[in-house]
Amino acid sequence: MAEKVLMKGNEALAEAAIRAGCRHFFGYPITPQTELAAYMAKRMPKIGGVYLQAESEVAAINMVYGASAAGVRVMTSSSSPGISLKQEGISYMIGADLPGLIVNVQRGGPGLGGIQPSQADYWQATRAVGHGDGHVVVFAPSTVQEMADSAASAFELGDKYRVPVMILADGLLGQMMEPVILPEPLADDALPKKPWALTGHKGEREHTVVNSLFLVAAELESSILERAERYQQISRDEQRAESFLTEDADVIVVAYGAASRIARSAVVKAREQGIKAGLIRPITLWPYPKDALEATLASAKAYLVTEFSTGQMVEDVRLVVNGRKPVSFFAHTGGVVPTPDEVLEALRLANEGEVFDIIPFQGKLTRKKEVQNG
Amino acid sequence: MAELLFERTKVLTDAITNYCPGCTHGIVQRLVAETIDELGIEGTTIGVTPVGCAVAAFNFYTCDMAQAAHGRAPAVATGIKRARPENIVFTYQGDGDLASIGIAETIHAATRGENITVIFINNAIYGMTGGQMAPTSLPGQVTQTSPYGRDVATAGYPIRVCELLSSLDGVALAERVTVDKPANVRKAKKAIKKAFEYQIEGLGYTIVEIVSTCPTNWGMTPAASFDWLRESMLPYYPLGIYKDAKAGE
Repeated sequence: MAEKVLMKGNEALAEAAIRAGCRHFFGYPITPQTELAAYMAKRMPKIGGVYLQAESEVAAINMVYGASAAGVRVMTSSSSPGISLKQEGISYMIGADLPGLIVNVQRGGPGLGGIQPSQADYWQATRAVGHGDGHVVVFAPSTVQEMADSAASAFELGDKYRVPVMILADGLLGQMMEPVILPEPLADDALPKKPWALTGHKGEREHTVVNSLFLVAAELESSILERAERYQQISRDEQRAESFLTEDADVIVVAYGAASRIARSAVVKAREQGIKAGLIRPITLWPYPKDALEATLASAKAYLVTEFSTGQMVEDVRLVVNGRKPVSFFAHTGGVVPTPDEVLEALRLANEGEVFDIIPFQGKLTRKKEVQNG
Repeated sequence: MAELLFERTKVLTDAITNYCPGCTHGIVQRLVAETIDELGIEGTTIGVTPVGCAVAAFNFYTCDMAQAAHGRAPAVATGIKRARPENIVFTYQGDGDLASIGIAETIHAATRGENITVIFINNAIYGMTGGQMAPTSLPGQVTQTSPYGRDVATAGYPIRVCELLSSLDGVALAERVTVDKPANVRKAKKAIKKAFEYQIEGLGYTIVEIVSTCPTNWGMTPAASFDWLRESMLPYYPLGIYKDAKAGE
């Protein structure tokens, strides 16, 4: 029986990645992912693995590209400004069909921003993770346990579909400590075979090429369309979400990651006050868990989205709901975290039939009814 | 019965290359292929191609190949080598790729003593994109983006890569060669082979810089371009060994 230990989110993710067979880590220092890289620097040399501090985020992601091309489970971690630098390499990984884990322990932006928890990279992760026609699978853990569990899922799905996978965490999840049960280490022979990898052909096969360049338009199109079929399969089979008290809920809060912990507290408080509230917590952000949301549309009267940004995931909720029910929005951003009471107040307003986009100004709730649903 | 005097090197495929007449890519590519063949390492070698005229070289070599983002070949090669230290890993890069956008990756792979071999084509211009000023373009050199000649007051000076890298402890071999005549082709072959041998011995980062031609973008005939190489480039980029871990042995 696996034992329960107290760990930081960043460290739990690192140890879980090692147990999932990752022996190669390439990174560059940045707050607030520091503990993750430090853990790898300490552990990797002891287990015959590679920790390499690259000269830049750009170099680190391209080292991930190389190691993945060579067939090993490999990862990098960074935080928002560093992820921007990695976008070039992520795009090349997508184009060359290379798996690999990219962890974003988000901080506030734009620019150098701040170092407090943020969810302002949702669009970057789900919409614009690099140039070109492509996606990465995005996991959004909300506990230290899930930080660990998502590492195993990330490597599994990445290898299965030959796509890069991102874990979109934030400074809060990375730095907090919680009890966690770590997964059992994967045996070496349990790792999937990769016949496409560069190993040296040893005179036993034709040469293998890892490449994203197709100068003939029709060839590029067919490579993109083949990948798009895999994306369709991922969208169909790999949506993950948690539904909490949604069956009889009148008003449903949609929130992910650290924001969902606050939303859950607000939902529990609302129930104590007789408000039939529920929570949908996306665990995958791409593919977006449309089915979980769709399942509540017949019974729910209203939705409330809360996140640590001025409104990014709310667009996905509105795409699914498509005007069939009101979707309101409440948030803090820039590293300021909403309190459960603030979310409860927004929940109460939504339950009373108010429709709003609320961003608190100078500590007060300011209502902007006119912006609802365009 | 006909006697076979010359044939395509085994390590090259029969793909038609995209190189222009008078360009030295073809010669250098062949020397690398001959080296891989002679050392018997085709089955363990993994090559990394750049962005530039040699981008499609993944189609030309029979060993396993990866294509890298512009300038990132040393980082990609690092990832491959760290994952498979038993394999032989080489990059093939041009001057824009290596000395401009990828100079950070180059310097750091070199200073780490990354056990890879770098084949560096210095032709003083961006070839693939149509003849822009390169970090190695000579003072006064006319290119598409230095139409009045490279003015060092505003565009700065060319980078001498071998000299720059030779100060780094991680470098096992830094040698500059050219392939303008048979004697120099033989010297270039020797340098390339030495670089791969040093990698096999695990001595660290090895780079062979080949002073090369680009008749198309220099606006010259192939013959004139070799004259310009000798008259203008070689004085600025002197041939020779700049670092050799085994010097004196």
